[in-house]
Amino acid sequence: MKRELPLLMTAVIGIFMILSFFVPHHLVGVPADYLQQCAVIVVAFGYVLGGANALRVNLEGIARRQPDWPYKLVLVVSLIATVVIGLADGRRWQEPGTASMFLYDRLYSPMQGTMFSLLAFFIASAAFRAFRIRTVEAGLLAAAALIVMLGRVPVGDALTSWLPESIRMSAFQEWIMNIPQNAAKRAILMGAAMGVMATGLRVILGIERSYLGGGD
Amino acid sequence: MNLAALEKLDRRWLFLIVGLLVLGPLLKPLGLPLGTSKPVKMFHDAVAGIPDGAIVLMSCDYDPGAKPEVVPMTRTAFRQLMEKRCRVVITCLWPGGSSLVDQTIESVANEMRAEGHDLVYGRDYVDLGYKAGYEAVMVLMGKGIANAFPQDQRANSTASLPLMRNVRDYSSFAMLVNISSGYPGTKEWVQQVNSRFHLPMVSGCTAVSAPEYYPYLQSGQLKGLLGGMAGAAEYEKLRGEKGAATKGMDAQSLAHAFIALCIIAGNVLQWRKRGARS
Repeated sequence: MKRELPLLMTAVIGIFMILSFFVPHHLVGVPADYLQQCAVIVVAFGYVLGGANALRVNLEGIARRQPDWPYKLVLVVSLIATVVIGLADGRRWQEPGTASMFLYDRLYSPMQGTMFSLLAFFIASAAFRAFRIRTVEAGLLAAAALIVMLGRVPVGDALTSWLPESIRMSAFQEWIMNIPQNAAKRAILMGAAMGVMATGLRVILGIERSYLGGGD
Repeated sequence: MNLAALEKLDRRWLFLIVGLLVLGPLLKPLGLPLGTSKPVKMFHDAVAGIPDGAIVLMSCDYDPGAKPEVVPMTRTAFRQLMEKRCRVVITCLWPGGSSLVDQTIESVANEMRAEGHDLVYGRDYVDLGYKAGYEAVMVLMGKGIANAFPQDQRANSTASLPLMRNVRDYSSFAMLVNISSGYPGTKEWVQQVNSRFHLPMVSGCTAVSAPEYYPYLQSGQLKGLLGGMAGAAEYEKLRGEKGAATKGMDAQSLAHAFIALCIIAGNVLQWRKRGARS
């Protein structure tokens, strides 16, 4: 029953949700709405579970004095402090001037910005050391990358300003984005969509069981 | 030139050059001429084509990590909508983004109030804040907006806000303006809302996700697309504004040019090394 019941629930709810897409009757629509609301609540509980799991994993690491335990300590202290401060601020925690907003504006926001800014530095280093053209395909990829990278920003047109507008860098990058890139992306999207449908069917029919955990 | 020395170049030199190339134009702009691409014009024209006074849904699905790319387009789009006297309902499906979105919207509203516009929260715009649930929220909103968002970002009851009395579900909106930086974002809005509830939509997104949305633009599911800071800067140009995106374009231009130079230099070094060996 431990495996059969979740499989049955998945199959019944899955078929019902597909049915709700095609049958505009209240006997199907009302329960489908209820199930969607349940899904929203389950996702919200997922955050609580995620927080609890992060605490458990990191507290274990601190207790065992793993090599990176000071970082885990910072994470645990920050997590607890943010929750406690948020609870102390109450329902109006997102209003200007609260301690929660101070944490958001002065710590969370700059740290996230910093993380993404680092990409520019590492991409420059990787471009110099790792982007090696060894095959014709790699050469085509590099040429496309250079054209799109320069054509997307004003410097591309500034470098080719002596050419007619239709063959400037920005025109080339627009062609690459609209024709070859679009064709490849569309093929990937269609392939992925079919993959999602196949996986969905496998889950509903009980063939795919990895989401239950513990392997087949 | 000593090839071995260049090959073993300390990467911190590259970091320093990137830092200077980004910082320099931010302090002293170069004023490189900016063009406008077709997807950006389509975005601008689609928003301009919304009937004055219509209700528009604006979903801002991002967090501070993508701030330089998506906040400028949020500002310009919100301003364009407000100038058309559209009434805007704002949502956010990213847990870390709702405060940033609220600050951004409120700063534009305050600027417009200072210019003499009569903007009132609850009547002209409403920020419904964050809701967990990703695609499930999108579908749930189709059954009733107040159903999915019983309270707004500022803890007011949604039903008590004058604007929300005219909002039932997606049929109440003239258009969806989605600004996103990943999942959930434009792709999910197209799949769950545009194709299911037939709500016309435009998208502004990070540069890295823009290529993924070109098929939707070509199929007409998206009426316009702003890709990254460049898209935001072009949009600002069309609107006659000089915002953060326009100011950042010189820095981005030089950084792109340097990265292109790094790719070329790295490969020239490799070819010369191979030539020397053979």
